[in-house]
Amino acid sequence: MNANLKPSVDTAPLLAVEHARKTFPRGDGGELLVLDDVSLTLKPGEVVGLLGRSGSGKSTLLRLIAGLAQPTGGDVRYLGQPVDGPAEGIAMVFQSFALFPWLTVYENVALGLEALKVPRDEIRRRSLAAIDLIGLDGFESAYPRELSGGMRQRVGFARAIVVHPNILLMDEPFSALDVLTAETLRTDFLDLWADGRMPIKGVILVTHNIEEAVQMCDRILVFATNPGRIVSTIEVTIPRPRDRLAPAFAALVERIYVEMTAKPGRGAPVRVERAPGTGIDQVLPRVSSNLLSGLVETVAAAPFSGKADLPEIASELQLEIDDLFPVAETLQMLRFADVEGGDLRLTADGIAFADAALDERKRTFARHLLAHVPLAAHIRRVLDERTSHAAPKSRFLDELEDHMSPESAEQSLRAIVSWARYAEVFAYDDETGMFSLENPT
Amino acid sequence: MPQSPTAWNAASRGAPSRFDLIALSLVIGLLAFLAAGSRGVLAPLTTLDVSPVTLDPSMLPKYVARSTLRMFAALVLSLLFTFTYATWAAKSPRAGRVLVPVLDVLQSVPILVFISVTTVFFLSLAPGKVLGAEFVAIFAIFTSQAWNMAFSFYQSLRTVPNELTEAARSFRLSPWARFWRLEVPFAMPPLIWNMMMSMSGSWFFVVASEAFTVGSTTVTLPGVGSYIAVAIEQKNLAAVGWAIAAMLAVILIYDQLLFRPLVAWADRFRFEQEPGALPPHSWVLDALGRSTWVARSLRALRRFARSAGAAIRTAPGAIRFESREHARRLDLAGTLVVGALLLLAGWRALSFLMPELGWHDVVTTVGLGAITMLRVFLLIALASVVWVPVGVYVGLRPKLARIVQPIAQFMAAFPANLLFPVVVFCIVTLKLNTDVWLSPLMILGTQWYILFNVIAGAASIPGEMRHVATNLGVRGWLWWRRVALPGVFPYFVTGALTASGGSWNASIVAEVASWGDEKVEAAGLGAYIANATTAGDFHRIVLGAVTMCIYVLLINRLLWRPLYYYAERKYRLS
Repeated sequence: MNANLKPSVDTAPLLAVEHARKTFPRGDGGELLVLDDVSLTLKPGEVVGLLGRSGSGKSTLLRLIAGLAQPTGGDVRYLGQPVDGPAEGIAMVFQSFALFPWLTVYENVALGLEALKVPRDEIRRRSLAAIDLIGLDGFESAYPRELSGGMRQRVGFARAIVVHPNILLMDEPFSALDVLTAETLRTDFLDLWADGRMPIKGVILVTHNIEEAVQMCDRILVFATNPGRIVSTIEVTIPRPRDRLAPAFAALVERIYVEMTAKPGRGAPVRVERAPGTGIDQVLPRVSSNLLSGLVETVAAAPFSGKADLPEIASELQLEIDDLFPVAETLQMLRFADVEGGDLRLTADGIAFADAALDERKRTFARHLLAHVPLAAHIRRVLDERTSHAAPKSRFLDELEDHMSPESAEQSLRAIVSWARYAEVFAYDDETGMFSLENPT
Repeated sequence: MPQSPTAWNAASRGAPSRFDLIALSLVIGLLAFLAAGSRGVLAPLTTLDVSPVTLDPSMLPKYVARSTLRMFAALVLSLLFTFTYATWAAKSPRAGRVLVPVLDVLQSVPILVFISVTTVFFLSLAPGKVLGAEFVAIFAIFTSQAWNMAFSFYQSLRTVPNELTEAARSFRLSPWARFWRLEVPFAMPPLIWNMMMSMSGSWFFVVASEAFTVGSTTVTLPGVGSYIAVAIEQKNLAAVGWAIAAMLAVILIYDQLLFRPLVAWADRFRFEQEPGALPPHSWVLDALGRSTWVARSLRALRRFARSAGAAIRTAPGAIRFESREHARRLDLAGTLVVGALLLLAGWRALSFLMPELGWHDVVTTVGLGAITMLRVFLLIALASVVWVPVGVYVGLRPKLARIVQPIAQFMAAFPANLLFPVVVFCIVTLKLNTDVWLSPLMILGTQWYILFNVIAGAASIPGEMRHVATNLGVRGWLWWRRVALPGVFPYFVTGALTASGGSWNASIVAEVASWGDEKVEAAGLGAYIANATTAGDFHRIVLGAVTMCIYVLLINRLLWRPLYYYAERKYRLS
């Protein structure tokens, strides 16, 4: 695939991550595990994808590899040497492009070479070559703010390629672009890669887009959350260039959906912390009641009639897995649906919910919320027990922070507030930070 | 062909253009100005008595040049301070834990107190030379400029977008290169805005710092401030008028020659990548930008900077991870050192103040502080009642706002103490109550912050919101309560906060004023400090300063800051 490789390098891995672990200190002095025992190797000529939802630690892993953060345990080796800071030969493309707005396209691209103290005429030659290769000819003197998103990310690519890295790290490089632009950039990149025209030996791609992973990668590592870890490795053997409409492609996408919706405890390692439904220590996703109703209605109606294939519904509703999975899981938590084997199937209550009118819906929702979401039940119980029927938010926040990061605690409380408001099971006043049983005046 | 920013090398070769001539005359003018202004700095201190400040209007340009030069010397010092102190505070969380609160306290120390307590030290640096007295004045001006610049820079450094920092690190920019290529450019627009604010604020103290008394000797440095002081002493209202006119001219000139070009230039460092409103323009920048001579010298300068940078630059990507054990030990050591210093400082302060002062002095200053506080709050309230409606009216009319906004900013830059003699003259001739009529002086210069912030706030109320209000027939008091006031509230808080801080500082000058040999005085902490300064009573100066400092800190913590966060959370549109 890549003609420039030396035979000696061919067999040795470019990169080896062994049993990497990453924790972050938590407010209460404990530690929050974001990456648990992750191993991977990258061989020359490979594109490896890290696929998972937000919060699965895949971006953290990428930063460990880039030398931007240090693993708490295990090690990261690049060409046999431990990575203990940003290494020469590893370049990165960022989700938000991370261009310097006060530098022109040319200056942005040249920056990495200047830092390496490359002679000036060589900087010029190589920068112009990279700009040319990536299709930015004529834009050298433009400032990033004058460019469209797609052109900005091309600058991001040129800036990474110009330093002739062995490994290119890509952190969701296409996710901030619209669908058409993203597709163009992906195919352009794959063409250059297939022709061996980029001075790159291996690529690691972080993504939450299943189709993108299947289209681009030779190997996909599927990540799960809480803590972030690899749950399966999928080799993609579909010959390039890959056709999204080919049956093999669709079958593989379907298979990955199944993997990602597999119930824990079956094949996947047992969760150490925060198993769903066990208590208030569960991190709740911020999903609006509108989205919940919307998904239930869509699945209940034709052509799905109560049971939907997740890839199908994702393309039908134009939802990325990061948007779709939290909604599906919330429905599962509320016992309105079952998610398994890449399918979402409404329960009897789910179908009843879909058929009901607004008031009846609210009553059903309230019942399920108090029965199946421990945090909601807990807050309600506290409010019922107090004579004032009121409690400050900080009381629950402190309690949650014993089990999760402050951000997750805040997010969970916000989620519960929005559901409780919809279900009218308790009230919350943001001004005073008080939960109460009173109706707003 | 790749090109460097904008038009710098658009016209690379050829005959001198008219832009070259404009640029050349600007540069020569600057050099002449520097030479004229700095003459006499190294002369012995006694020359000040031989050639005293005269009220001849023809001398005013020279005085103004001297004052302006002091101001820029202080500005350079403030920038040096900003780049070192704020960087240290932002880069080392350990140091930041001490440096940031220290900056907060420094910010609330009344500026004129810095003059009193540092005079002897600075005069001793250059014994018997005018230079020593210049140090005193420049340091006082520095203290009125540096703190908010440092704060702004610190804030910027802390908010550099994470991905940009990561990009810089992953492309192995050395810390030195990262600072100049990423952090300084990112911090530039707010820093320049704060420099403008600082310049505006410091004119007030230029005027107050040029004529000062140490023990029995009075130093009157040539400058506008001394000119005014002499005019007051000689009861010369015409001279006061000349000074006011000269000041107006100077502020106009440096706005055109310095800040407009700076703002226009810094526009490229705006981080928001969306094309915003019209980019700011400056004819000076355009002239400099189109001059080939300037372009050539800039290129040379850049080459020099690059090679100098290369010499200082550490190895690429030299940042390595710090071990936790090491970090913990450093933390402990830092805490111990700071604790020891605090104890030492506290003990020194007590042993300095205790023998001379008793509890009744403390009670007196606290009581006087309460009077000044009452005055400040009443004035802010009064100014708000006047300027909020005006600001909303102007802000909602873009055409009017374009005219009024620069005037309001200009008024804020104008040193209000130049107008004091006029007011004091009225009080003396009309025999008015000093406790009441001296008060407005405190807010004379600072009320404009309320006005131009409210204008900005009203201008930023989205058109759609106003249309909805019209559409629903919301008008009258309901419109003010539900639309206008909430819309401008966050901006109003920012303006009122600035105005309040400025008024406290101004109280020292405003609560005691004189006209010739007639002295008028209002009861208050400002007057207490001013009188102690005149008497050379260092114990009372320190006690008064500490009290004022505590008042300002407490008011900021208990009132303005909560109000600010509340406004940010509840009313900020977007």
